[in-house]
Amino acid sequence: MASCACEKIDLTQEDAALDKLLDQYRDYRGGLIPVLQEAQNIYGYLPKEALQKIAKELNMPFSKVFGVVTFYAQFHLKPRGRYIARICLGTACHVRGGSKIFEAAKDHLGVDAGGTTEDLRFTLETVACIGACGLSPCMMIDEDTHGRLSPKVVGDILDKYE
Amino acid sequence: MNNLNELRAKCKEIYKQKLSRPRVVVGLGTCGIASGGDKVMAAIKKEVEARGLDVDVDFTSCIGMCYREPMVEVALPGAASVVYGDIFPDKVAQLLESHIVNKKPVYEWAAIQIPGEATPYEGIDIMEQSSYYGKQVRSVTSRLGRTNPEKIEEYIATGGYEGIEKCLQMERQAIIDEIKKSGLRGRGGGGFPTGNKWQFVYNTPGEKKYAVCNADEGDPGAFMDRSVLEGDPHSVLEGMMIAGLAIGADEGYIYCRAEYPLAIRRLNLAIAEAEKHGILGDKILGSNFSFRIKIKAGAGAFVCGEETALLNSIEGQRGMPRVRPPFPAISGLWAKPTCLNNVETYANVPFIIRKGADWYASMGTEKSKGSKVFCLTGKINNTGLAEVPMGITLREVIFNIAGGIQDGKKFKAVQSGGPSGGCLPEEKLDLSVDYDSLTAAGAIMGSGGLVVMDETTCMVDVAKFFLNFTQLESCGKCTPCREGTKRMLELLQKICDGKGELKDLDTLERLAKVIKSSALCGLGQTCPNPVLTTLRYFRKEYEAHIVDKRCPAGVCAALLCYVVVAEKCTGCGACLRACPAGAITGEKKEPHSIDTSKCIKCGACMTKCKFDAIIKA
Ligand SMILES: Cc1cc2nc3c(=O)[nH]c(=O)nc-3n(C[C@H](O)[C@H](O)[C@H](O)COP(=O)(O)O)c2cc1C
Ligand code: SF4
Ligand code: SF4
Ligand code: SF4
Ligand code: FES
Ligand code: FES
Repeated sequence: MASCACEKIDLTQEDAALDKLLDQYRDYRGGLIPVLQEAQNIYGYLPKEALQKIAKELNMPFSKVFGVVTFYAQFHLKPRGRYIARICLGTACHVRGGSKIFEAAKDHLGVDAGGTTEDLRFTLETVACIGACGLSPCMMIDEDTHGRLSPKVVGDILDKYE
Repeated sequence: MNNLNELRAKCKEIYKQKLSRPRVVVGLGTCGIASGGDKVMAAIKKEVEARGLDVDVDFTSCIGMCYREPMVEVALPGAASVVYGDIFPDKVAQLLESHIVNKKPVYEWAAIQIPGEATPYEGIDIMEQSSYYGKQVRSVTSRLGRTNPEKIEEYIATGGYEGIEKCLQMERQAIIDEIKKSGLRGRGGGGFPTGNKWQFVYNTPGEKKYAVCNADEGDPGAFMDRSVLEGDPHSVLEGMMIAGLAIGADEGYIYCRAEYPLAIRRLNLAIAEAEKHGILGDKILGSNFSFRIKIKAGAGAFVCGEETALLNSIEGQRGMPRVRPPFPAISGLWAKPTCLNNVETYANVPFIIRKGADWYASMGTEKSKGSKVFCLTGKINNTGLAEVPMGITLREVIFNIAGGIQDGKKFKAVQSGGPSGGCLPEEKLDLSVDYDSLTAAGAIMGSGGLVVMDETTCMVDVAKFFLNFTQLESCGKCTPCREGTKRMLELLQKICDGKGELKDLDTLERLAKVIKSSALCGLGQTCPNPVLTTLRYFRKEYEAHIVDKRCPAGVCAALLCYVVVAEKCTGCGACLRACPAGAITGEKKEPHSIDTSKCIKCGACMTKCKFDAIIKA
C-alpha cells in the first residue's frame, strides 16, 4: 500500500503513548479527566478513535466519556494550532479594554474565537481571567502570560511564536 | 514522636546565612513573569557574572504591588533591604553598579524599604508606613515576596510546620475548638464558619474521610488564591494537614484550575519536599497520623468552583452541582464525609494555631474576624494584592491603598464578589468591608476581587457582561438558570441597542427573582445580583438608555454618534480613507464631517485621527 510511512510511525507512537497512559490509570479512581488531559497533550486534541479506546479501556460507556469531554471547555474534538492564544475577557480586563485586544488578535490572525489559522500555527480563544488582573488587559499564549497589553503590541507578541 | 527541632535549627541556619549575604531577589510570580521578570532575572545573572560581583541572585513570589512589576529587591548585609519597582532589563546595570558596587540605593526607583534591624535609608518609604502597605496587615501574605516559595527550608525557618507539630500534641476536638474560637469564616465566598464545618465532618462517623482544597478561583478579577499558592504553597499544605488530623482524614485533594500552571508546579514541588522530610506521608513525624495530598487540575468550567460540582469533577464526572443536603460534610467525595475549604481559608489555619485564636480574633469586626486578601483591579492607580483587617472601609481600600482612580477620572462603582456579587456606588464607599455589611448592600464579599469602575464604564454594559458570563457557565441543570439568564441577556442587549422599553426593567427584576428562587446551586442563586444591584443603584443610567436613547458613559456603540470637532480637525483626510462606509466627506485641509445615516459606528475613523478631532457623543 502506498501510504505515507512517516505519518504511520507517528501515529503508532502516539497510540503507544496512549496505551502507556491507560496502563497507568486503569485502577485509578476518578482517572477519566486526567487521562483525557494527557491524551489531549499527546494528540493535541481528542480524536474519536482515542476516545473510543479510552472508553473501552476504562470500562465505561462511550456516552459518558463524550459527556465529560463536551462539558469542559478545555477539551477539543478538532485539531488545534501549535500555539493557543487565549485573550482574557474577564471583568478586570473588560473594564480596561480587553475586547480591543481581542479584536486586534482576531484581525492579526484572521480567525474568530475558537478558530485555528490555516497553517495550524495558532488557535484563538477567549478566557475569563488568567489571574494576572493586576496587569490587565492580559493574554496567555500556551503557558506564557502577557500583561499590560495595548492593541498595537498584540501582533508583535503573536509573531514571536513561530 | 519526632519533633522538628533539629530540622528547624538547620533551616534557620540556612536562612540566616542567606540573609547575611548581599543579594538581589527578583519577584517571579505569574504577574512578575508576565511583566518581564524572567528577562530581568537573566539580565541580572549576566551582569553579575560579567562583573564577577559577590552577590547571590534569588527569586521570590509577588509582594503584591502588581502596578510596579517587575520588582527587584536588593539587600546588603546589615543594611535595609530595598524593593525597586519597574525594573526592566535596561535598568539592571545601573542598579547593580549603584546599589551593590557603590552601596548606594537608586532612590528614584525604590518603591519601599524593609529595614529589619538596620537603620532605614532616608527618603524611601518604609513598607509598614507606605501608602500601599500602611493600612494593610500581612498575615496570610506574610511570606509573599519575602521568601523563596520553592525552598521548604525558608518555610520552616519562618515558623512553618510549627502548627502541625503543635496539633499532633493536641486532642482533635481541641484543634476544632481553637478554629471555632478564632472566628475564621470560609474565604471562598460563602463565609461559613470553618470550625463548625470541621465539627460536622468530625461528628460524622466513617473510616474514610477527605480534606479537599478549592483552588478553582474562577472569579474573573480575583487572583489571591493564585498568589498564595505561588508564594506560600506549604501554608496551604499545612492547613490541609491540620484539617485532616482534626476531622480524621488521611487523604487530601487540591483542585486547582488549569490556567494556573505555575501554582500547580510549585504545589507539586512543595508536596515532594514535605514528603522527603517526613512531614507529609505515612506516620507524619513518627506519629500515628498519615496524610497524603494529590493535585487535580481543573478542566475549565466556572461552576466547578461550586463545592459539589467540584467533587463530581474530581470523581471524573461532568462538573454539575449535586442536590444538597446531604452536604459534603456528610456525603462528599465518593460519598465519604468531606471537608472542603478554600485556599485562603486553609492558609490561615497554621497562623491561627501558631499565634493563637485570640490573636486572630483581635483583628476584624464582631462577626467577621481576622484579615482578608483582596485583589484590587480595574481603573485604579495601584492594582495589586492587599491584605486588610476586616472592617476597613471600601473608601480606604480604593482611595488610600489603591491610590484612587486612574487619569484623574471620577469613581463610579466598585464590583465586589464577581459574577455573584454586585456593583456599589459612591454613597456606599464608607461601608465596612465584612460579610454582613456587603451582603446587606446587595453585593457580597465573595472571594475578594474588587474591580473598580470609573465614569467611562457603562453599568448596563457591565451587567450585560456578567450575564453573558453566567449564561455561558450555567451548567444547564435548572431550566430558569439555563434559559432565564439567556432571556435576561437578550433584554440587556436590547437596551444597549437602544431598543429597550421601560417595562423591560420590570421583566428583568421578575426573571431575576425566579432564577434566584429556583436555582439548585449558588451560581443561579446569585447570578442575577449584578443586574439587581445596578438596577438598584444606577437605574438612571438604564433609563437614559431606554428613554433618551443615550449611553452616558459613551460605551454602547448603537447609542453613539461619531462626530468631528471642527476646531480640532486639520483636514488630513486620514479618517476619510479609513471609513469603510463612505460616511465621511470633506475637502483637503478643510474640516471633515460624518454623515450619521451612513455611519456604521465601526470607530475606525476615531482610531486613525491623530488630532483627537473625532469624538463619540
Ligand atoms: C458558582 C460558584 C463558584 C464558586 N467558585 C469558588 C472558587 O472558585 N473558589 C472557592 O474557594 N469557592 C468557590 N465557591 C464556593 C464553594 O462552593 C465553597 O463554598 C467553598 O469552596 C467552601 O470553602 P470555604 O468555606 O473555605 O470558603 C463557588 C461557589 C459557587 C456557587
Ligand atoms: S443553578 Fe445553574 S449552574 Fe447551578 S445547578 Fe442549576 S443550572 Fe446548574
Ligand atoms: S483624521 Fe482627524 S484631523 Fe484628519 S480629517 Fe479626519 S477628523 Fe480631521
Ligand atoms: S465610525 Fe466607521 S463608519 Fe462611522 S464615520 Fe467613522 S469610520 Fe466611517
Ligand atoms: S480579568 Fe483578565 S486576568 Fe483576570
Ligand atoms: S504582582 Fe504578583 S500578583 Fe500581581
